[in-house]
Amino acid sequence: MDIRRVAELARIDITDEEAETFGGQLEQILKHVDKLQELDVDDIDATTHAGAIFDVVREDVPHNNSLEQSVVLGNAPDNAHQQIKLPKVLDA
Amino acid sequence: MKAAELTIQELRKAYQSSDLSPSEAIRSIAESIDEVDSDIGGYLSYDLDQALADAEKADLSLPLGGVPIAIKDLINVNGHPCGCASKLLTGAYTAPYDATIIRKLREAGAIPFGRTNMDEFAMGSTNQNSGIKPCVNPHDKSRVPGGSSGGSAAVVAANTAVAAIGTDTGGSIRQPAGLCGIVGLKPSYGRVSRYGLTAFASSLDQAGPMTKTVADSALLLEAMAGSCELDSTCLDRPVGSYTKALENTDLSGVKVGIPKEYFAFGLDPAIESEVRAGISRLEAAGAELVEVEMPHTEYAVATYYVLATAEASGNLARFDGVRYGNRAESEDLLGVYTKSRAQGFGSEVKRRILLGTYVLSSGYYDAYYHRAQKVRTLIRQDFEKAFEKVDVLASPVNPLPAFKVGENSDDPVANYLADIYTISANLAGVCGISVPCGATEVEGSSLPVGLQLVGPAFGEKELLRIAHAFETSV
Repeated sequence: MDIRRVAELARIDITDEEAETFGGQLEQILKHVDKLQELDVDDIDATTHAGAIFDVVREDVPHNNSLEQSVVLGNAPDNAHQQIKLPKVLDA
Repeated sequence: MKAAELTIQELRKAYQSSDLSPSEAIRSIAESIDEVDSDIGGYLSYDLDQALADAEKADLSLPLGGVPIAIKDLINVNGHPCGCASKLLTGAYTAPYDATIIRKLREAGAIPFGRTNMDEFAMGSTNQNSGIKPCVNPHDKSRVPGGSSGGSAAVVAANTAVAAIGTDTGGSIRQPAGLCGIVGLKPSYGRVSRYGLTAFASSLDQAGPMTKTVADSALLLEAMAGSCELDSTCLDRPVGSYTKALENTDLSGVKVGIPKEYFAFGLDPAIESEVRAGISRLEAAGAELVEVEMPHTEYAVATYYVLATAEASGNLARFDGVRYGNRAESEDLLGVYTKSRAQGFGSEVKRRILLGTYVLSSGYYDAYYHRAQKVRTLIRQDFEKAFEKVDVLASPVNPLPAFKVGENSDDPVANYLADIYTISANLAGVCGISVPCGATEVEGSSLPVGLQLVGPAFGEKELLRIAHAFETSV
C-alpha cells in the first residue's frame, strides 16, 4: 500500500514515523478484512442502508430555520467582512 | 439525598413528594461530580449556571420534568461545547443549535447537564482514544470503561449522573454499558433522529439511552424516538408506549434465540457461565429457548471496518480547519487542510480515515467496499431468518472483561474484535440492549457482565419488556 498517497487523498499530513506505523497496521487490518473473500457474493444484492427508504420528500416550502450568520461565523477560526477568511487559493 | 444516586423514576418521585427540587438535584449532582469524577474522567465539562437556569423553569408535570441528563460530547446542545473529545474541535466549537433528540428531551422536560467523555469522534472500544483525557472504569480504575460512549457509561455507573445519552455505531452504547454494569439501548436504525449528532458512519449511527434500569431507558426512548423532517432516514413509525409495556413481566410464549456463534470467538468462560445463568432466568420467567444459527457472524467485524471507515472518511472530511475547529497556520489552503487534520486528529481517527480512504480508492472499491455491502446483506438475512423463529436473541455483550488501561493499545485488530457480538446489530439495523447480568472476579476486582438482547427492527417495545422482565427476575 502506498500510505503516502492514501494520506494525500485523505488530506492528512503524516510523519515518516506515522507512515511506517499506519502502513503496518493497515496491512494487518486488511489481512483480517481479506476474510470477506471467502464468501461467494456474486448473486447477492448490496445493502447500502439499514432501512429500505427511497425518495423521502416534503412539501416544497422553504424552512425558516437557518442559523444566524453571526453565530456561524462565531465558530469559524477566522472571518472578515461577514465571510470566512482563508489563505489565498490562487497565485496572484 | 444524593440525586446522582437515584434512577430517573426515583428522582421524579422525589420531586413529586417535594423531597428535592430540580435546582437542588443539579447542585447535588455537581457536588458528586466534583467529589469523584477527577479519578474517573467521565465528564469533559458541565455548565452549572445554565442547568440551574433550566431547572428554575422546569415543568414537573412532564414525563422527564427537571431530570438532568448527561450528554455524549458529539451531540449538539445549543450553546454548549461539542468537541467530540477531539483536539480539533475542543475549545473551538460551540453548538449553535439543538440536535433533534435534545429538542425532544427538552420538550419532555429534561435538562441536558454535562458533556461526557468518549473515544474521539466515537472511534474506539475503550475510551483510550479520547483526545482530551482518559476515562476509567468505576468498578476498577486500572481498567477501561469500554467505548466509545465510555464516559456516559462511567458517569451512570459511578453515580455522578442519573442517566446519560450515548451513540452506538458498532456497539458504542451496549459495549461500555456491559463493562460498567448499566443498561444501554441501541434503537433500531431509523427509530431516533440523527440530526445534530456528529456523524461517524451514517448508515449505522444511532443515539440511545444509558441508564440504571430498563424502565429508565424506556422512559428516555419514549421521549427521543419519532420521525424528524431534518433526517430522512428517521422513519415515520408510531412511537410505542414503552413504559406501559413493561407492566407485563410474564414471558410465557416468548421465544428466545440462542445463537451458538455468539458463544464463540474467544468468549471468556466466566462470562459465558454468567450469561448462561442469565438465560436460565429468562426460561424461569416463562420463555422458551431456541437454538438459532447466525452463520455470517464471523464476517461482521471485517464488514464493519470496511463500511464504517469508508463512511467516516467522507463524514470527517468536513473537519478541515475552514468553518469550525482549530486551524493550523499555513501559507496556502491545502496546507490548512492537511496540517489542521494532522494536528487535530488522534491516531485512531487518522488510522480509520486512512483505511476508509484506501477501501474507497480507485481499484479497491469493488474488492473491499462493494463486497462488504454484499456481506452486509448476508448478515441482515441471518437476522431475518432468526426472527422468523424467535422474538429476541440472547448473548453476551462482551467476549472479555474490561481491558487493563494500556492493554492492546498497539493492536487495532484485538480492539476491533472486542465488538464481535455487538457489531452485527448495527449492520442489520435491528435494536439491541445490554442489561447487567452478574459479575466476574478478575485479579481481585469484581467486573460487571452484560447480557445482550437483540430484537427485530422497530421491536423496541417487546425488547424492553423482555429486558425489564429479566432485570426484575433476580
